[in-house]
Amino acid sequence: MRYIFVIFSLVFLTFSAGLAQVDTLGADSTLLNIAPPAPISNLTVYDKANDHGHALILEWKPSPDDAAGKNTVMMYEIYRSESPDGPFENIGSVPSGNSRYDNIGILEKEARDYIPDNTDLYYRVDAVTINPEIRTSSEIFGPVRSYSNWFHRGRVPVLFAVLIFGGLMMYFVSVARKGAELYVRPLAGIAAVDDAIGRATEMGRPILYILGLGTADMISTIASFTILSRVAKQVAEYQTQLIVPCYDPIVMTVAQEVVKSSYLDAGHPDAYNDDMVFYITTNQFAYVAAVNGIMMRELPATNVYMGKFYAESLILAETGAVAGSIQIAGTDEVGQLPFFIVACDYTLIGEELYAASAYLGREPLMLGSLKAQDYAKAAVIILSILGIIAANFGWTAFTNIFKVLD
Amino acid sequence: MKRGVPLIITFVVGTVLIFSVFIPPMENLGENFTLFFDIIAVFAFFLGGGNLLRVHLTKLTRRKRDWEYSIVTIVGFFFMLACGLFKIGNPGDISASLTAEGSWFQTIYDNVFVPLGSTMYALLAFFVASASYRAFRAKNREATILLIAAFIILLGRTPLGTFVTGWIPDSFSVLQIPNLAIWIMNSPNLAGQRAIMIGIGLGVVSMSLRLILGIERTYLGGEDK
Repeated sequence: MRYIFVIFSLVFLTFSAGLAQVDTLGADSTLLNIAPPAPISNLTVYDKANDHGHALILEWKPSPDDAAGKNTVMMYEIYRSESPDGPFENIGSVPSGNSRYDNIGILEKEARDYIPDNTDLYYRVDAVTINPEIRTSSEIFGPVRSYSNWFHRGRVPVLFAVLIFGGLMMYFVSVARKGAELYVRPLAGIAAVDDAIGRATEMGRPILYILGLGTADMISTIASFTILSRVAKQVAEYQTQLIVPCYDPIVMTVAQEVVKSSYLDAGHPDAYNDDMVFYITTNQFAYVAAVNGIMMRELPATNVYMGKFYAESLILAETGAVAGSIQIAGTDEVGQLPFFIVACDYTLIGEELYAASAYLGREPLMLGSLKAQDYAKAAVIILSILGIIAANFGWTAFTNIFKVLD
Repeated sequence: MKRGVPLIITFVVGTVLIFSVFIPPMENLGENFTLFFDIIAVFAFFLGGGNLLRVHLTKLTRRKRDWEYSIVTIVGFFFMLACGLFKIGNPGDISASLTAEGSWFQTIYDNVFVPLGSTMYALLAFFVASASYRAFRAKNREATILLIAAFIILLGRTPLGTFVTGWIPDSFSVLQIPNLAIWIMNSPNLAGQRAIMIGIGLGVVSMSLRLILGIERTYLGGEDK
């Protein structure tokens, strides 16, 4: 029985090997017998618009053999040269079915993908089959040059918006400087800060100020510094304890300066010490663990969360609620706003965080910028309504005015 | 002078970056300025480490409240620093990768640091439940609307929603709970989010202009006098 099995196995292996050999030969012969595909047509190369140069766009009509039922073209290889006579260098490829290639060069001259500006270039596109040897080259296109544009025409609507907004801001600042009374809607969250500090003083408990997970270059963190400055000033006046645990070392350094200056402004420089503002860690959940620990040990009367927050927002705010603190939050992270609204007593929503500094300052210059912001919002609302009407009636001429190209 | 120089730097850099949005050859300047920030940030880590040690060593030496925790922080800090600097337990020599399989640094990171972080993150599930409980109590009109919307979305995202309202004919399919959930998310929810985002966009522009023009200068330390 064992011998029969061995013989059967040997016969099977021999037969399989034979089949495999036939298959390979068959495949090879098929590969060798592919007919060269028809070339691509209508190759055009032009400079990429609104860029810093060093980029060209290729477009072509695909090979007739790059179509359903034929499919002998597997990809298109792109070749470039500085002379029509060559040598042409392969600079990239796209799979069959494509009719465009963006030849975006690198700015450094030493790089392989560098494309010189204002230099005659010639392009060729090869339709390549499954056998790379069998291919058909297109006609050479050229000369063509890439060049830099000095103005991004696709961003004209943005430029106008910035100019109009800047103009509005200048106008309201000048109006405010002349002594006009500018009404600013009260922000409940900011108004509550005074009460919260008073409560902390009465209870003899500290105020915990969290600057969030943002770095010092983020607008929300900068806005938070402004609010911290006001809070620290009042804390200094009331002689309450302030705790500012920081996530980022640069933020910590700036926050130390801000708090120190506020204590100085309040006339209590001696009450300031560096231990108020301290660094914890630059790891999200380790930071949360440390801050939660502070909340549960110190039981602060008030927790202020202002800045950039991510997944830790709810963990912090819920722990604060458990600790029985009054909580005031503000962030421009739309995804975290619902958590703060649910878990905190007051929440500054989005732009209110930026407006808080101007609201607190009550300086004409600041209020002028707030007023400009309000008018810009009114303009956005009107334009949105007009846009909805135009889109529904197919008035593309109107909607195209606001189209911004990247 | 102390304030003048930073204000001039802010004005010049801010103005140049605004121009770079509209002038393509200046596009790379933004990346270059970010590199400057990264270089400064590297030095700031020394400040952070120094501050951490100073705060905890002070706490330890003066036996302040909860000083025991500071021992854990300081020991952890120096132990990980030693493991990283001297590549303790690394397979191969000192030139081997810090995160090589089997190194103490990587082992502690994988077996202590990552599980602790995951534990903190997992707490979110419990906090979501407690926050939902508080938010969904129908104590006023807004909370009632929130409760109804949340109820529809929760049902709409589960097979139960289809099971309960699957019998509604196709001509009234909009009343089927999964379709209602999609409508709530795509229409009122998205519209609200976009309104907030437009407000944030305008706020950012306004705040940026205040910073560039030197109107807002609290970040330099205190108020302007």
